[in-house]
Amino acid sequence: MTMPSEAPKQAFRLSQLIYDTRYRSMTIQVFAMIMLMLVFSWLLSNTVQNLQALGKDFDFGFLTQPAGYDINQRLIDYSSQSTHGRAAIVGILNTVLVAFLGCILATVVGVLVGVLRLSKNWIVSRLMAVYVEGFRNVPLLLWIIAIFAVMSESMPQPRAFREGGGASMMLGDSVAVTNRGVYVPAPIWGDGSAFLIAIFVLSLVAIVFFRRYAAKRQEATGEILPVFWISAALLFIPSVLFYFILGRPVSLEYPELGGFNFKGGFHLRNSLIALWLALSLYTGAFIAEIVRAGILAVSKGQSEAAFALGLRPNRTMSLVILPQALRVIIPPLISQYLNLTKNSSLAIAVGYMDVRSTLGGITINQTGRELEGMLLLGTFYLLLSLLISWVMNIYNNSKKLKER
Amino acid sequence: MNTPSSNDFSFVRKEMIPEKEPPLTEKGIIKWARENLFSGPLNTILTLASLYVIWFVVSHVFPWFANSIWDAGSLTECREIRDARFGEGVSSACFAVISDRWQQLIFGFYPSSGYWRPLVALFVFLAALYPVLFSESSRKLLLLSAAAPFVMFMLLWGGSIWTPISVAVGFGVGVAAYRIALPIVGNLFAVAATVIAPILYWLFLGGVIASALHSVLPIGLLFVESKDFGGFTLSFIIGISGIILSLPLGILLALGRQSNMLIINKISVAFIEVIRGVPLIVWLFTASLLLNYFLPPGTNFDLMLRVIIMVTLFSAAYIAEVVRGGLQSLSRGQYDAAKSLGMGYWKMNIFIILPQAIKTVIPGIANTFIALLKDTPLIVLVGMAEILGMINLAKANPYWLGMAVEGYVFAAAIFWLVSYFLSSYSQKLENKYSTEKK
Repeated sequence: MTMPSEAPKQAFRLSQLIYDTRYRSMTIQVFAMIMLMLVFSWLLSNTVQNLQALGKDFDFGFLTQPAGYDINQRLIDYSSQSTHGRAAIVGILNTVLVAFLGCILATVVGVLVGVLRLSKNWIVSRLMAVYVEGFRNVPLLLWIIAIFAVMSESMPQPRAFREGGGASMMLGDSVAVTNRGVYVPAPIWGDGSAFLIAIFVLSLVAIVFFRRYAAKRQEATGEILPVFWISAALLFIPSVLFYFILGRPVSLEYPELGGFNFKGGFHLRNSLIALWLALSLYTGAFIAEIVRAGILAVSKGQSEAAFALGLRPNRTMSLVILPQALRVIIPPLISQYLNLTKNSSLAIAVGYMDVRSTLGGITINQTGRELEGMLLLGTFYLLLSLLISWVMNIYNNSKKLKER
Repeated sequence: MNTPSSNDFSFVRKEMIPEKEPPLTEKGIIKWARENLFSGPLNTILTLASLYVIWFVVSHVFPWFANSIWDAGSLTECREIRDARFGEGVSSACFAVISDRWQQLIFGFYPSSGYWRPLVALFVFLAALYPVLFSESSRKLLLLSAAAPFVMFMLLWGGSIWTPISVAVGFGVGVAAYRIALPIVGNLFAVAATVIAPILYWLFLGGVIASALHSVLPIGLLFVESKDFGGFTLSFIIGISGIILSLPLGILLALGRQSNMLIINKISVAFIEVIRGVPLIVWLFTASLLLNYFLPPGTNFDLMLRVIIMVTLFSAAYIAEVVRGGLQSLSRGQYDAAKSLGMGYWKMNIFIILPQAIKTVIPGIANTFIALLKDTPLIVLVGMAEILGMINLAKANPYWLGMAVEGYVFAAAIFWLVSYFLSSYSQKLENKYSTEKK
């Protein structure tokens, strides 16, 4: 509020702290701060007293003690002799793994379904509407449990894959879907594979630079380069060429039936598959609605204008509709990614060993360190959420309408 | 030169011929299918793929539904009936587990003589919503809405009727304290009195008055313990109480986040972001494992109350963001106009800003409620017997060993119905308000 500049000079009175708008906000803030401190110190003193009464202390030393439990799904070396800290890291990696896979699949599903729901094809758009409404309106926990039940009860047992067992492997004997999980081929990294990976990364970098160059050239001269085909060539030709020049350094190890179970290859457990599929299909339904709303938000005049200028439908989509739709789509998409990451903590329902099950579950139960464990767990999720929204906000800012 | 006459042409039609039927491919269902389903190669592939998906799902699920058995005493009986009726090994759902145990799936261990109580409570809730949602109804009805939470508490938990009445009187004490104190000590201290008087009343007088009245006039309903709640009733109680209780807190947080007082703003932002950054399941475990650490030694109150407190704090953060959206949608002129009429901060917000802001975000609040309702199955993980817990109980029962899928289908169907109709209703509200605005 603007005050007249010629305020009467008066000695400061204590009542001004309450009745003078210049000071009142300061009074309120100091009061709020004091109240907050009081509440926190009250909580803290209660906690200290309660810990004392239970004979506990506040100590993160348990993280260096041996954990003594096994984790069946792990990305790094871990045995029951490893420490609780390492168990937590295994859990963190598992959480990040399922969140990452889930975000990718959910985006693919969501974009496909969102576009197909706008299709003129009656059957396709109805089917997509049924998918979206079906998945959105049923709790995620039910979906996780239901997909897990289907995976472990309806899929064939490994022994059904023997001769005449009625089940067969898919994709040229490379993928086996069993009731114990999915077996897929695993790559074996031979000599020179590091060089091959370097070539592959270099070609990715080259694609990025080529795309930038093509965009700049198009803006300067109006010529359009065949970006897609050149990118595809850059992606495949050098890597394939060097793959044969180096003498096939990378080979695949196929899963094979040995005894009662499959051996070799990667074993994707049911818990991972169920969690991954449920998270992606559930979040995909929400993303589909976001994509649909984003495309509908671009007014019809835009595509009509593009057609009037003689742009073909695919160029209209990529140059006119999508850049505008993305501005509407990205902010809610960020919150869906955050939701998916947070929902991955439902892993406990199917026994997937994510950070909530290791650090926040077994470790807490074994050491009795609820306070420290939950604190670490909460901090981890908070940091992960902040990280995701930070990265996505950078992307959002690059796509935002630049007002000049 | 002779002019051409009609006689020069060998044939001239004198009358219109009847209209021809369009070719078979250009009319009716064939035309529609050609234009909509098979208009191009991609579209044809999509149509065929969708038809395959539909056939696949229907051929697997339909026989299971069509052969369902609703009337049996146990799983073995169910299997016998199936073998007799449809032949051995035919896929057939045994919904008898639902018809046998529906009371538990819906009401938990609530005493069966009191099944009407949760139902009436739900009805009271819906009736209380009416004056809130439709502002054209009279203001006096809002007072009845304010009384609804106490009536619902009375219906659900029962016990002496004087307890909720005595708690409600506390709010009256607050209002009375404001009225009395205002002319004597001025606005600021009157507000302080409004806060302090009811707290003193609840701490020292409320319990005494309630028990005294109860000994004089013992009216009441059968007391139901929190651990007897279960099934869908529990989900709904947690969802509804979470959303009602979180509204005031959420509105305060939203105002705090909009405030230009630095400390207030930072406190609100920190609370909202911390709550939203951590999954609900972690908060629920915090409630069940840690809340006792933070409270004075010796306090121990039941898990349901702890879960409700945590759910309330959780949804308050989400409500705050929804309400903030409403506050931001208001034009600056509304604030300026209110200030120029000499209104203070609270008067401006209560009479000008919030009524408009909240009206526009009612659909958002409804969506938060749906999300919260769909999150309630998580409480099974901290050991509360809501619907999934009840299904697990049924699954462990020797008569129904392993009968889970039918239970899940039942639970999914009810959740689907409730949240689908709620979300389509909130969409309708959204359309109504958005047209009003234009």
